[in-house]
Amino acid sequence: MILEQISVFVENRAGAVADITQTLAEADIDIKALTLADTGDFGVLRLIVDAPKKALAVLKLAGSVASLTPVVVTSMGNEPGSVAKIARALADAGVSLEYIYAFVAREAGSAYAVIRVENAEAGDAVLLKAGYGEDFKL
Amino acid sequence: MRALQTERLVKQVKHTYENVVPYRKKMQEKGVEPGDITSIDDLSKLPFVNKDDLRDEYPHGFRAVPLEDCVRIQSTSGTTGRRVVAFYTQADVDLWDECCARAIVAAGGTKEDVVHVSYGYGLFTGGPGLNGGSHKVGSLTLPMSSGNTERQIQFMTDLESTILCCTPSYAAFLAEAIHEAGLIDRIKLKAGIFGAEAWSEEMRRNIEKNLRIKAYDIYGLTETSGPGVSFECEEQTGMHVNEDHFFAEIIDPDTGEALPEGSKGEIVFTSLTKQAFPLLRYRTRDICVLSRKECSCGRTLVKMAKPMGRTDDMLIIRGVNVFPSQIETVLLNQGYPANYLIILDRVNFTDTFEVQVEMTEEMFSDEVKFIEKKESELLAALRSMLGISPAVKLVAPRTIARSEGKAVRVVDKRKI
Repeated sequence: MILEQISVFVENRAGAVADITQTLAEADIDIKALTLADTGDFGVLRLIVDAPKKALAVLKLAGSVASLTPVVVTSMGNEPGSVAKIARALADAGVSLEYIYAFVAREAGSAYAVIRVENAEAGDAVLLKAGYGEDFKL
Repeated sequence: MRALQTERLVKQVKHTYENVVPYRKKMQEKGVEPGDITSIDDLSKLPFVNKDDLRDEYPHGFRAVPLEDCVRIQSTSGTTGRRVVAFYTQADVDLWDECCARAIVAAGGTKEDVVHVSYGYGLFTGGPGLNGGSHKVGSLTLPMSSGNTERQIQFMTDLESTILCCTPSYAAFLAEAIHEAGLIDRIKLKAGIFGAEAWSEEMRRNIEKNLRIKAYDIYGLTETSGPGVSFECEEQTGMHVNEDHFFAEIIDPDTGEALPEGSKGEIVFTSLTKQAFPLLRYRTRDICVLSRKECSCGRTLVKMAKPMGRTDDMLIIRGVNVFPSQIETVLLNQGYPANYLIILDRVNFTDTFEVQVEMTEEMFSDEVKFIEKKESELLAALRSMLGISPAVKLVAPRTIARSEGKAVRVVDKRKI
């Protein structure tokens, strides 16, 4: 399925991530998954949350630069080779990954992958066709 | 000296009035005619020339001889807007060489010496100036230009360079590289002539110790010719002005009033002999003091202190003139807010130069490579505008103080 990921600019300073996540906590936003991409001088925090539009609004209000990006979120097996399989399915269909990260949902005990591809709908269709249909419930 | 200066000034005012239209207009506005200037003491009757005047008249407005009589140009660093092109006749090049030759001689140079010129060659005046001076002295000249440290050291050892000419920060850097390579005992340097940027007494002692030389300061600016307007002697207590060619005055930067010897103020130069680009009362924006105290070297030329600051917002970073407004222009062109902070420091005797820029919605992406591409475009634009590469640091929006009245745009932590 396609979900909206929220991406936030993180400046290279102690406490930058703490400030962003504090803002989300105060707005009672639940973070399902999170990854920080960093370069030498800045970072991009990417999150899957229960209320992305609200998260965007509160972060902007707090002065952050943030944006929403459609990403493919899919369940997958929780055993060795699971990520390889979905990555292969996308590769075989000629869909290239921009980035990918994984998380385990506490309720289901299943593993999920968040995949950024150029065209989220095309990527989602490839995975559905390959049998990765199970929806992720926020 | 004053008789010579008077004779030259009278001639120069006439030459400038007749051939430089914008300066003639300035004189007419002030109600001064060439006939009013009969002595060097009349200098204060003349109007000033500012960098903005030269910029407004770019490129030919202040040229005083036909192009066919010019043999060279040099140019200041900076933007097209801020650029100044200075023209030289053969006589102008000769007098410039002469001034630089005096600096080399004052540093102990003779025809026996090997002068290693690591200033940049090209539009920048450093390389061509010292190169010409060294020729005039008759020394063997190594036109190294800047950069390629390994080759610099190789020539320095193989050709036994005795006098090094470069920016003080490059001298400090070279000294370090020489020690790292374990080659200090193969270095034959005895003196260095270092200018084009501010440097401290502490830095001088450090370079002198590490290169086992005596380090001399030199001063000049493209508008007047280049390096060699003034130079240090072995006393190392200020720079003797070549005042037979460049007359120095100290003025109050606010009122423009000429101040007596020993006062601190803006130093203003009048080129007494230059033909192609004869600037009268050119305001340097450098804060300085002049002294006629007797010098142990025997020279009677007036001495100027090391410049103590600027009257405008110009920064000198690694020898390059940078105006904060240039950075603002680039940011606006590239779609960033004109809110920025310049942070300067000096680490291991080299200037560090960071520009903090606020991130915007338009520049942001969930993809790091997109942001990095934008960042490198900004860096390239800054480099091409400034002629020097800053480090760009992206910061969160609205974290840099908004301009309310006089915004703090520069944090200069350099101890000079």
